[in-house]
Amino acid sequence: MKKSIVLLSIAVLAFQLAGCAREQDSSDIVKVSYWEKWTGFEAEAMQAVIDLFNSKKFRNKDGKAIQVEMNAVSEIDRRLLMATTGGNPPDVAGVWMWLVTAYAEKGAILCIDDYLREAGITEDRYLPVFWEICKYKGKMWCLPSTPASITLHWNKRLFREAGLDPNVPPKTIQELDAMTEKLTLIKLPGNNKPISFYELKSRTNYKNLLAKGKIIQMGFLPSEPGWWPWLWGYWFGGKLWDGKDTVTTDEPRNIKAYEWVRSYSEKYGVENIKKFSSSFGVFASPQNAFLSSKVAMTTQGVWMFNFIDKYAAGMDWAVGPFPSDEGKLRDVSYIEADVLVIPRGAKHPAEGFKFIGFVNTQEAMELLCEGQRKFTPLKEVSEGFYARHKNPYIRVFRALAESPDAFIAPKMIIWPEYQREMIFAYELVRDLKASPKDVLSDVRKAMQRRLDRELEISKRVEKKR
Amino acid sequence: MTKEEKRELVKGILFTSPWLVGFSIFVIYPILASFYYSFCNYSVLQPPRFIGLLNYKDLFTDPIFWKSLWNTGYFVIFMIPLGLVTSLSLAMLLNTKVRGMAFYRMIFFIPSLVPMVAGSILWMWIFNGEYGLFNNFLMRVGIPHPPNWLMDIRFAKPAIIIMSLWGLGNMIVIYLAGLQDVPVSLIEAADLDGANWFDKLWNITIPMISPVIYFNVIMAIIGSFQIFSQAYIMTGGGPQRSTTFYALYLYQTAFEDFRMGYASAMAWILFVIILILTLLITRVSKEKIYYGG
Repeated sequence: MKKSIVLLSIAVLAFQLAGCAREQDSSDIVKVSYWEKWTGFEAEAMQAVIDLFNSKKFRNKDGKAIQVEMNAVSEIDRRLLMATTGGNPPDVAGVWMWLVTAYAEKGAILCIDDYLREAGITEDRYLPVFWEICKYKGKMWCLPSTPASITLHWNKRLFREAGLDPNVPPKTIQELDAMTEKLTLIKLPGNNKPISFYELKSRTNYKNLLAKGKIIQMGFLPSEPGWWPWLWGYWFGGKLWDGKDTVTTDEPRNIKAYEWVRSYSEKYGVENIKKFSSSFGVFASPQNAFLSSKVAMTTQGVWMFNFIDKYAAGMDWAVGPFPSDEGKLRDVSYIEADVLVIPRGAKHPAEGFKFIGFVNTQEAMELLCEGQRKFTPLKEVSEGFYARHKNPYIRVFRALAESPDAFIAPKMIIWPEYQREMIFAYELVRDLKASPKDVLSDVRKAMQRRLDRELEISKRVEKKR
Repeated sequence: MTKEEKRELVKGILFTSPWLVGFSIFVIYPILASFYYSFCNYSVLQPPRFIGLLNYKDLFTDPIFWKSLWNTGYFVIFMIPLGLVTSLSLAMLLNTKVRGMAFYRMIFFIPSLVPMVAGSILWMWIFNGEYGLFNNFLMRVGIPHPPNWLMDIRFAKPAIIIMSLWGLGNMIVIYLAGLQDVPVSLIEAADLDGANWFDKLWNITIPMISPVIYFNVIMAIIGSFQIFSQAYIMTGGGPQRSTTFYALYLYQTAFEDFRMGYASAMAWILFVIILILTLLITRVSKEKIYYGG
């Protein structure tokens, strides 16, 4: 009796533990698990690609059919971290590109150089910036899925109302500032009709009038949407590090960019801008600053069309490259991409790569990017892709990714920290609490210390390997 | 131990084993592991590497660590007394004999049922500098230029304190239970002696509910030091790090920067701070707490 109870307990425990482990593959099918971070129409587009892959009945080296199964996973960065550490990750994960540096550095994703060679996938198939995104320390760690570029979006109606040509966006930062003066409307106490800042500034003691007035529309605002406060230096020709071991936060061009940020607070008033910004709703809503026509020009990515489509369908808008300082640079754009990685400990890495390679064929990539309303990172694009694409300006976004001045976020192990430091610096400058030079110099010193420490650790780990 | 006792012991252990196993795996092991990791360079993705006291040394020269400690200290210093006075006062009001009391009690308890995320988003709107209800109210009562709460470094922390006072329902319920245990006979005796309401409060009610106050203060200290969600959702730690609380910075180092060793060291420092404060309060209040019978 006693023995049977013990045996029963062991059996129950064993079943429970077995339940935690991965389901065993049936004999003639290899199931590739794929983690997707998107939901909604983006996930549907990926599902369509997976269905296409599964319908082609690809086989692995042992002749078994490969089937991909998608799981939508929220907070994918945290979950992938836990799953990889726990030794039970998916075979393929679709993640944000910023994860690649940290994961590659720590050996938590597989280098795909050998798989690329075997599959004959080479650099010349891609726009250079996307190959660059996937590279770290001279090796390849992922392939892109859907890319994005950042452009200037402008509201043509507001341009017309301000007496500007709605088809001519600013070409230089200086033009942007001048247009902003005309597009910025201020309501003075006792006056029902708002006047533009351009008009106001010709009056004597206009600063007093401005302080008493209320901004009801702005041409441009560096802090709207405020997602990339570290970005501005790039349009002035600056860089945040040298690509190796030196942080360059306070180089003159970055300082100039932050002085430009400061100029908006000086010109329009810190409190006035804050009050005006408080009237914006959350990003994904009709009260969004740009969608509600409160801000006439904004920096946004290829996804903005989806929000215009949903919340401001009648809007008359256009996109173009964000202007650079004195027009010295052309077609500067910040480029992002979602990427596909194989986590360390994946049970079917070769089959997983088969899927990644398939997503990177022209047929699958166009299906995915059209569904997710983005452009393709591949050099070859069919005319049908553009003809079918819903975003009327998709060619502009694509052209920016082709530009030699397209740039990506620094691939630094300390990048999340660096970003937070830059946000802090940005807020100090925006609120006129510190000079751009001092604050950027502080950031450089702090981040150089952190980078030195990380490089030292990285060297020690390499030695051990 | 007799054979029978041994058998009983085995049975007992077997019956409690799910809890024992769970406690060891999910509580004891992580505590010990985090203590070890605090002396390591540990990114979670790679095995930990022992680096001695380096994390602690780095922490003491990390300005954000000190800033986050100051922010949290500020929150605790204001939140504990304010929370204590507000919840106790409300509990006393809710302990009076008025018609429809159950309804009033429910009204004050409801906010603590609202999920933190929903509550935070609601309060973002209440504190909105331009259209917020709070500023609208302040303007009506004669403050012509109320602050832009969550965007102003001077007012972001007070805003979070005000918001936290809204969710005191649990504390109120505990006080209420304590207040209902205060013997009516003592109050009646004091009434006969001509005591006023303050005498009764100071000499009868507060001493009688002192264990409850002690419990609530300790829990509030622990809770306040761990403040996280409000800042994470409402301000992201800004403006200018004025709401980067300790737990938020810990979370950022652990899950954004993959510096789990550093974060573990932070967690242990927090543990020591809370432990010292709890011991201090226990010692100071030892003779002031009346445990009845």
